[in-house]
Amino acid sequence: MRRCNIAYRYLRMKPSLAVVFALLCCTALASAQQDWIRTGTGLGIEKVRLAAADFKATTTEAPIADLNQAFNDTLFADLENAGIFDMVSKSFYPLQVPGTPQEINFGAWSNPPPNASMVAFGNLGVAGGQVSVQGWLFDVKNQQSPQVLGKQYREAATVDNARLIAHRFANEIIFRLGGGIQGIAESKIFFISDRSGHKEVWSMDYDGANQKQVTRVGEISLSPRVSPDGTRVAFSAIGGGGSNILMWSLELNRLVTFPKFGGTNASPAWSPDGKSIAFSSSRSGDPELYTIDADSGTGLKRLTNYRGTDISPCFNPKSGAQIAFVSGRTGLPQIYMMDADGANLQRMTDGGYAVSPSWSPNGQFLLFAWFRKYGPGEPGAQDVYIMDVASKQWVQLTTGTGRNDFPSWSPDGRHIVFQSNRSGSDQIWTMLADGTQARQLTTQGRNSMPNWSWR
Amino acid sequence: MKQSRTKWFLVVASFAVLMTVSGCAKKQTPPPPPPAPPPAPTASLSANPSSIEKGQSTTLTWQTQNATDVNITGVGPVEPSGSRQVSPPDSITFRLTAKGPGGTQEATARVTVTAPPPPPVVQGPGDEELFAQNVKDAFFDYDKYDIRADAQQALQADAQFLAQHPNIRFTIEGHCDERGSTEYNLGLGDNRANAARNALVQAGVSADRIKTISYGKEKPFCTQSNEQCWQQNRRAHFVYQK
Repeated sequence: MRRCNIAYRYLRMKPSLAVVFALLCCTALASAQQDWIRTGTGLGIEKVRLAAADFKATTTEAPIADLNQAFNDTLFADLENAGIFDMVSKSFYPLQVPGTPQEINFGAWSNPPPNASMVAFGNLGVAGGQVSVQGWLFDVKNQQSPQVLGKQYREAATVDNARLIAHRFANEIIFRLGGGIQGIAESKIFFISDRSGHKEVWSMDYDGANQKQVTRVGEISLSPRVSPDGTRVAFSAIGGGGSNILMWSLELNRLVTFPKFGGTNASPAWSPDGKSIAFSSSRSGDPELYTIDADSGTGLKRLTNYRGTDISPCFNPKSGAQIAFVSGRTGLPQIYMMDADGANLQRMTDGGYAVSPSWSPNGQFLLFAWFRKYGPGEPGAQDVYIMDVASKQWVQLTTGTGRNDFPSWSPDGRHIVFQSNRSGSDQIWTMLADGTQARQLTTQGRNSMPNWSWR
Repeated sequence: MKQSRTKWFLVVASFAVLMTVSGCAKKQTPPPPPPAPPPAPTASLSANPSSIEKGQSTTLTWQTQNATDVNITGVGPVEPSGSRQVSPPDSITFRLTAKGPGGTQEATARVTVTAPPPPPVVQGPGDEELFAQNVKDAFFDYDKYDIRADAQQALQADAQFLAQHPNIRFTIEGHCDERGSTEYNLGLGDNRANAARNALVQAGVSADRIKTISYGKEKPFCTQSNEQCWQQNRRAHFVYQK
């Protein structure tokens, strides 16, 4: 099921994205932008109509009701969030809840009102302190051999585990029906929150659940970036002596050593193989980009050598061979791209104030924040934009409300997490990669600089 | 008259004999004993206190007897007994030499001189207040770290003050206004702090008195969203280092 042509798969799986691109391009300035949008062949494909029935409770004593509720809500939300399904609303579902394959009535699901193609259903019970879940995915238009998936799960009976099982089952469905790309239901978002009194690194599930504090440094912590293997978070912190890159071990739950340099050290970024960290340091007197070996802290290499701030590097996650970054060498900051050794410098943006590049998992697109008219007294907002790296053509994704910054791709390349103050204060938001379905994930304190995990 | 001549001869002869005899009698008494030898001189010397800090003084006190010529190294000839205040720059052993007809006698006294503790670097009460009153921050334009004219004036005046108070050490913080992105502003703040530092160093302030740190837009001086506040935040801020 995995296609070789990645670009084709991207556009195929995101017909809505392709549609919106085409729409926006009609109103955008450069007519040359029409070409790359028209190569999308997925414009006519419909999303799968999927129904996710409430799972049937097979036991009666507490806490079955809470666990069942958490499971059902999470499963439906995960499938809806995936962005690739046309979810059938629960108000159309037949009254009889199927708990096993023997209990499902194909016609009731495949005919109107539900008109579903696929149905996820199953049962859930609590016994001996454990919650057990059986789940199926059925193609209800294929009565001969309907089963697409059949899964069993068992964990200690807690609400968190009910959610976890729902995430796993949803990921299975997404993987099977979504062209072989892993679902994001178990991925995490790292971000900065000041709700504890200091800016520290926090984490949460991809849907905003389970928000918890990760670091305890007590300084001004910024720019969290989780490692590709999910074991460490690199970030920067401003203390009495300046700004340093710090490394937090999620396994040991404490800081681990990382070299300190003079000056202002900021914005760490991981190479996709987890072996290098790129960062900005003003140890030479001006902020420049460097790479260093992530494990040993040796092998410092300088990549830039130009007066003006160079900062915010981001590796191409597909190849690890290029780095996008921000430079103020011509005045206001612009997005640039170069090889991972500093060669082949290319400027990507042509004006305004452009910052915070994030490279898509398939290596084809850059997200960034752009204030297209920046200067004294200028109106307008800072929005998230997406740019095709090869052609440098771009589309605006957020719609000019408030200040939007720090976009970060989800590992499936279908979602974006970003920071926005459109609700009145800096908070974390997600949206689909076509700019639709924007959802606020945080509400407490001020929350910023999100970073989506690598899987 | 032969008889008077004989008498006269006898008298003269007796007289001569008498003379001779008396003379011989002198030569013949035992010599008187030699006089007793003169007593040897005695000497004593002490210093009080025996240990001083450089720059302080100590009192040498000495006594001699039977000496006619008394000399103390480092002091010179002195009376046979007395005292004198001295301030040797380094540790020294004072040697007193007493000479007299009976001989020579010496006495010593050791004075240890220790280096005083270095005076504390007292920056003076009020250095911090003077700093706050006199050292003005430098302000910047949008997205710029060039030193503009008003900042240049402020920095020149700051350099003069700092030259007059060479013991003062300080930190320059670089700040940015709330617009613009967190990470980029860390770099801009760094550039601003360094620009101010370089201006001071060129004006003669020693670089090892200056630390720099960038706060980007993380520690603003005001939070209103207007140009007045934004200008307040675009600055290189000077902080006295205790």
